[in-house]
Amino acid sequence: MNLDLLNFVGQTLALLLLAPLLSGCIKNWKAKLQNRRGPRPWQVYFDIVKFLRKDMVISEHASWVFSFAPYVVFLTALLAGLMVPMVNAPAPLRLFGGVLAVVGLLALGRFFLALGGLDPASTFGGMGSSREMTISAIAEPAMMLAIFTVAITAGSTDLSQIAQSTQSATWKLLNPAHVLAFAAMFVVLLAETGRIPVDNPATHLELTMIHEAMLLEYSGRYLALMEWGASIKQLVLMTLLVNVFFPVGLAGPQASVAALGISLAAYLAKLLALSAVVVVVETTNAKMRLFRVPDLLSTAFVLAALALLSTFLFQ
Amino acid sequence: MLLTIALVAYVAGMAGALLTQRAERVANALGFGLAALGGACGVVFSVVSLAAGQAMTSAPVTLWSGPIPAVRLVVEVDALSCFFVLIVSLVGLAISIFSFGYARTYYGRKNVGVLAGVYNALLLVTTLVFIAGNLWMFLIAWELMALLAYAMVSFEHEDREARQAGVLYFIMSHLDAACILLGFLVLAQAAGDFSFASLHGIGAKLSPHQRDAAFLLFLCGFGIKAGVVPLHIWLPVAHPVAPSNISALMSGVFIKTGIYGLVRVCFEFLGPPPMWWGATMLAAGTVSAVLGVLYALMEHDLKRLLAYHSIENIGIILMGLGAALMFLHTGHEVLASLALIAGLYHTINHAVFKALLFLGAGAVLHATHTRNMEEMGGLAKRMRWTSLFFLVGAVAISALPPLNGFVSEWLTYQSLLQGFGTTTSLVRLMFPLGGAMLALTGALAAACFVKAFGITFLAQPRSDHARNAHEASLPMLVGQGVLAAACVFLGLFPTVFLKLLDPVTQQLAGHQLSQQLTLANGLVLAGATAQGGTVSTLGIMLMAVCLLPVPLALWAVFARRARTRIAPTWDCGQRGLTPQMEYTATGFSKPLRMIFKALFRPRREVQREYDFSPYFATTLRFESHMEEVFQTRIYRPVILGLFRLSRRLRALQAGSLQAYLIYVFITLVALLLFAL
Repeated sequence: MNLDLLNFVGQTLALLLLAPLLSGCIKNWKAKLQNRRGPRPWQVYFDIVKFLRKDMVISEHASWVFSFAPYVVFLTALLAGLMVPMVNAPAPLRLFGGVLAVVGLLALGRFFLALGGLDPASTFGGMGSSREMTISAIAEPAMMLAIFTVAITAGSTDLSQIAQSTQSATWKLLNPAHVLAFAAMFVVLLAETGRIPVDNPATHLELTMIHEAMLLEYSGRYLALMEWGASIKQLVLMTLLVNVFFPVGLAGPQASVAALGISLAAYLAKLLALSAVVVVVETTNAKMRLFRVPDLLSTAFVLAALALLSTFLFQ
Repeated sequence: MLLTIALVAYVAGMAGALLTQRAERVANALGFGLAALGGACGVVFSVVSLAAGQAMTSAPVTLWSGPIPAVRLVVEVDALSCFFVLIVSLVGLAISIFSFGYARTYYGRKNVGVLAGVYNALLLVTTLVFIAGNLWMFLIAWELMALLAYAMVSFEHEDREARQAGVLYFIMSHLDAACILLGFLVLAQAAGDFSFASLHGIGAKLSPHQRDAAFLLFLCGFGIKAGVVPLHIWLPVAHPVAPSNISALMSGVFIKTGIYGLVRVCFEFLGPPPMWWGATMLAAGTVSAVLGVLYALMEHDLKRLLAYHSIENIGIILMGLGAALMFLHTGHEVLASLALIAGLYHTINHAVFKALLFLGAGAVLHATHTRNMEEMGGLAKRMRWTSLFFLVGAVAISALPPLNGFVSEWLTYQSLLQGFGTTTSLVRLMFPLGGAMLALTGALAAACFVKAFGITFLAQPRSDHARNAHEASLPMLVGQGVLAAACVFLGLFPTVFLKLLDPVTQQLAGHQLSQQLTLANGLVLAGATAQGGTVSTLGIMLMAVCLLPVPLALWAVFARRARTRIAPTWDCGQRGLTPQMEYTATGFSKPLRMIFKALFRPRREVQREYDFSPYFATTLRFESHMEEVFQTRIYRPVILGLFRLSRRLRALQAGSLQAYLIYVFITLVALLLFAL
């Protein structure tokens, strides 16, 4: 029980503290790759603290939903993160939900984020909400199908169990189903975290923005929660990708301290490698037109469907 | 005993309201008061009997014995009946309380006595459909339900739209009655008796072809009632035009009679199902779910939007039932019970949140006098409680944790995922693909309810009606509150509720699952078998409360000096934002309209007048249409064909008596020859 509590507190802190750093790293590397100096990786922490200290301006048109949304966005991202194994295999809240709950919680956060975008009556907010809900609607089946494929090979929707079952036989990671599902999930990751072929995280006040458009009217500590929640969500999805679809080095239950250390190192290495790939993709691609995005996401869906078909063929 | 009180209360409410028509206040209080009493009794009765856990609650009771031996009206209450009585009573109770306030809007305008009387009669016959013990009772109650519902659809008959909707509803409900009658005749002919007890497992006595024919007839008949695509066209037309409390009853309860019929017939009467029955049902469910939500997204009439969502949710229920039939075929009875539970749980969930949303829509309609979302907005400030209850319903129907829609869809996912291992044939790919479509449905439903809630309740009011809107009266709020509380209860305490489903699955699939579905003293819901996952909505809520101090602590540390200011929304340097600049419901769904344009076939017309440059238009006219694919591609050709046929047949009906006598004679001779 004590160990569980430690696990819980540890993972909560890890989610809270690692997420901004990861966002900062991606920003920094992206700048480097584009021959700019870029902000320091830990700049995001300073941003959050600064937002927290600032006064808040709330729109006169906004209702209670506007003030309620930041809490929901932040807490759902955090709760979803506690259900994904980060450093050792049984995630702290594994009993409270598996992959379906993770997807559900992130969807709940997105639901309130979109409502918060609509509430201040600005055109930008409505635009962002409409696009966010559209893109997530076509990303979700691809994501579910990819997850189902690994869940079916593992025989459970419990994330920890999925991670452990592939871990016991590493060769399984190279079977076509797994590789295809990983590819599909990577495309979904780009869409869900608002990365470049789909959305541009660096724009502000452009007609192409999606996520930023919904946050335009937020300021002060609510903005801090929203930004922090978004970076936690990004960390959760990346953890899902590296630990469930590629669980190399993940420590099991009752692991020794040394094993946990190795696991932590493996996790960070995988996370940084994935971030590097994201940076390369963001730098080498241009943002797509909105109505080209469904093509990209249906590619992801087809990849996931092929993954499913290959579990059928290779069993 | 309690059930008898409930039925008597409905009868008394009907009679009382109709007799006191002249005094509308008395009729209102008497009619809806007694209906609420009946609903409360029904809830207590069904919960107590389901908790007691016997499959059969009472021996068959003959209400009336006709002069011919076979003609009897029998009622019989078993676990399945109890479960559906629970649905009609719970929803009926809440709607009755709501109606008590809602009916006041009809004072001096319409006959409240008739409204309350027919409402009671509807509750009565719906309950009778669920507890019918033989075919006579079932079919008579079924037909009465259709007729009374027709009366309510055309209640506001001054409106042309309502009259047309009524006629369409009338025609479709008779088509379904015809299919069901034919199906039951096939069964009754083999059984030689009309009681449900003798129909039990009668499918074994039929030839495979007869069985398949009966299944298809029932699927069509009950499918029309439930609103399965492509038999759904009446539903989005008829449900919105009825008074809002009746809409809630129709979408919440009436279409569930179709589900009840399918469960009763497929799991009890027709015997062991072949694979294609379940596969057909699963496929029909998937198609209904996806198309229902896609059409809902394109609606900006609030009540029509909700009606399309009923089609979606019926699809989700059918996915569970279809999977259950497939598992029965492969002999996996535990999984069949799980899938059945998923379907039935979604049935009660949909009844609760859809009724809640329709009541919310009724309160909004009452406050703004319009169903058009483009004229609403800003109601969250003017109708605080209604907006809160509507939001609860919206989160629940979008299958988001921690509310009830999430729980039943989670169970559906579990049964679909575990279904993959039940067979080695290619059919098993249907399960994960169905799951992916369910994910698509859920995400689209969330998009749709962001639109429905956001455009209706948030931002600036878009019309004077919305600007002057006022909160609903107390009974209307209490009615919604009861259903919202039910959503929260069914969401947070599924393990408590699942115990009530034990006798039902015992009766239909031979297994009680609540033990296997419960972990950690009822805190956690598990997926029944070793491969299943676990989830705990209550745990999620508790953890959310545990983690809430994190942001609050941050406030305390960093934001002590920060102040909050109310200011206008940033307007890009214009002079103030007007409601015209807001995103509209049509605009919100535009990306999805473009993505699925092969289905919607949108057509738009823009006319713009300008003086010197097209960018500075003086007037702008925008029109957007979508093709109603099912009406134009399927129904219209059939209807035109029918007209052509009847024109041909008109030659027979020449109006001369001699000719008719000759027809009779020829028919008689032909029949005699046939008999010989």
